[in-house]
Amino acid sequence: MNGFARLAVTNVARHYGRRKALSQISFTCDAGEIVGLLGPNGAGKSTLLNVLATLVTPSRGSVQYGDRSASEGGAEIRGMIGMLGHDLFLYPELTARENLTFFAQLYGVTGVAGTVTGALDQAGLSERADDFVSSFSRGMRQRVALERALLHGPRLILLDEPFTGLDQASTAALVARLQERQRAGCLIILATHDLDVADGLLSRAIYLKDGRMVGTDTESRGLADRYRRAIQ
Amino acid sequence: MRKLTTPFIGLSAGMLLVAPWIINAAPYESTMGLVQKVFYFHFPSAILFLVASLICGVHSFRFLFMKRQSADAWALSAAELGLLFGALTLVTGPLWARKAWGVWWVWDPRLTSSLLLFLIFASYLMLRKYGGPGSERLAAGMALFGMLNVPFIYVSVNVWRTLHPQTSVVPTLPTDMGIPLWFCFAAFTMLFLALLTLRATLELQRARVEALYLAEDEA
Amino acid sequence: MSEFFRVAWHIVRKDMTVEIRSREILFTTLLFAVSVVLVFSFAIVREGRAPDDVAAGILWVAISFAGTLAMGRTFERERYNDTLRALMLAPADRPAVYTGKLLGLLLLLGLVEIVLVPLVGLLFGAPIFSYPIMLITLLATGTIGFAAVGTLFAAMLVRVRSRDTLLPVLLYPITIPVMIAGVRGTAALFQATPDEPMARFWIGLLIFWDAIFLTLALWTFEPVMTE
Repeated sequence: MNGFARLAVTNVARHYGRRKALSQISFTCDAGEIVGLLGPNGAGKSTLLNVLATLVTPSRGSVQYGDRSASEGGAEIRGMIGMLGHDLFLYPELTARENLTFFAQLYGVTGVAGTVTGALDQAGLSERADDFVSSFSRGMRQRVALERALLHGPRLILLDEPFTGLDQASTAALVARLQERQRAGCLIILATHDLDVADGLLSRAIYLKDGRMVGTDTESRGLADRYRRAIQ
Repeated sequence: MRKLTTPFIGLSAGMLLVAPWIINAAPYESTMGLVQKVFYFHFPSAILFLVASLICGVHSFRFLFMKRQSADAWALSAAELGLLFGALTLVTGPLWARKAWGVWWVWDPRLTSSLLLFLIFASYLMLRKYGGPGSERLAAGMALFGMLNVPFIYVSVNVWRTLHPQTSVVPTLPTDMGIPLWFCFAAFTMLFLALLTLRATLELQRARVEALYLAEDEA
Repeated sequence: MSEFFRVAWHIVRKDMTVEIRSREILFTTLLFAVSVVLVFSFAIVREGRAPDDVAAGILWVAISFAGTLAMGRTFERERYNDTLRALMLAPADRPAVYTGKLLGLLLLLGLVEIVLVPLVGLLFGAPIFSYPIMLITLLATGTIGFAAVGTLFAAMLVRVRSRDTLLPVLLYPITIPVMIAGVRGTAALFQATPDEPMARFWIGLLIFWDAIFLTLALWTFEPVMTE
């Protein structure tokens, strides 16, 4: 699947009636970056992620994936995107293996069985592969959900609050997986509240408040202070 | 269209004021007598009811598939007028039916599908009101299905033999009945067009105010 | 083209797997449909006998009520973990997702009808075996028309707050023509002397409507589902 080198967001706004969920969002980022969307609740992080995933069309502005926009690229662009939503996108009545198999088939992955086994290994859940997802802990479900998002080898990975409810070990595993993907040349954009984990992980931070960008930087330490200064 | 709304309203008001005299001058229909004269209001209302549905459908299509934002205002306006003229049709019809056929209502194809179309308009408006943001697109999708009803309504009286007069009646009316009919038809049509334009303009202006509000604190 | 049906097929299989595990929607829909038949029967029976021609009406009312319930529930499942978003994210054709959901619903309603038809035959002495192929065709075409519109509307309303009340409000006026055709055709077959040409006429009309509704639904699914 052809990737793209640069993601360009230009003056994106999204309105719901009179409510401005997003306004005047502009930034660019390149493959191999881990970008953090930081901000208080209701800042518009989830909305922005949905816009980047092409699930929501912006009321204004545009998003360019390389040299194509969402409306031109359509299904092909969706094939390059993997998303881990806040609600995990898993069917509780299916086993881990069945969940992964279904999505692999849906996403047109070749060699479904092999990919699924590989994904289960990556998630460290090979022994629990045939247990129902409803019996998993939050951390385990998260791991399955992440592998689900990565099944088709996406170049743009979007994560909405991925560290919520994870213990130390799971958090570390997730960070490792993301860094591995970063080294493979993917562009990762994640929305999070967890400044401690994000500190040192992010190569770029974008601060959002009330739907607007209130700052952006590319430093690598001292995130908590920078956040406080940006968000006030 | 906008410049014509005032003259249209004025003209149609004047014409409707005069209409009772003109209708009174028309001859009595042989079998139904005085009651038949409801026809002069019933027929234009019914036609405009169908026209409103087509307008709503066309603009819903433009809004949904051609991404024309302004089309939504016209679709909404047409739907509201469809409700109004549908109500007129469904009230004048039974008033006539009671005297002409002896019953207020029969379940024949035209009446049934007209009632359904009326309900479709009502549910369209309900969806727009209670559906929350983004319900304009959903309602537009629904309106397309509703519009499919219209040809069915028109054709149904010819396909099924029913109590309701067939579509061949109107073109073959004698002149002294034709004049009041087309007179009322013209009055109703002008009223319809004027109201449609006014309502759509109102909606477009509301959208503009909202856009201005949203752009307020941006550079 | 085969891609389209492949995606739809995977969705059907997934829905079937989930349903076989829990059987929740099947059983509740079935029970509800049977209750509707019984309630209407009790309401209409006079002096121990039901008037003629009500069997067809009661059958189709039960199908439409139960169908509306089932539609709402299948999309509720997709709302639960926001899996509908995952389906929309897939690089697959959106209409294929619609088709998959529609086929799943048709299977479910087919199972419900397999129980309802003998029940109605039993309660009303309706001759369900005299023209089995025509009866099956009637049921199939009528259910397809109803489900085609219903799947679209149920999907549309997934993120709307008053979705449970709005679904029937939107669905019934538009699908009543399909229901009427179904009832009339079935009634023609259930008569003392079955009216075959009449039933054939209604089947023809239903096929016409199914084609139009399906085409329109496939066309409008994507624009209506994208925010």
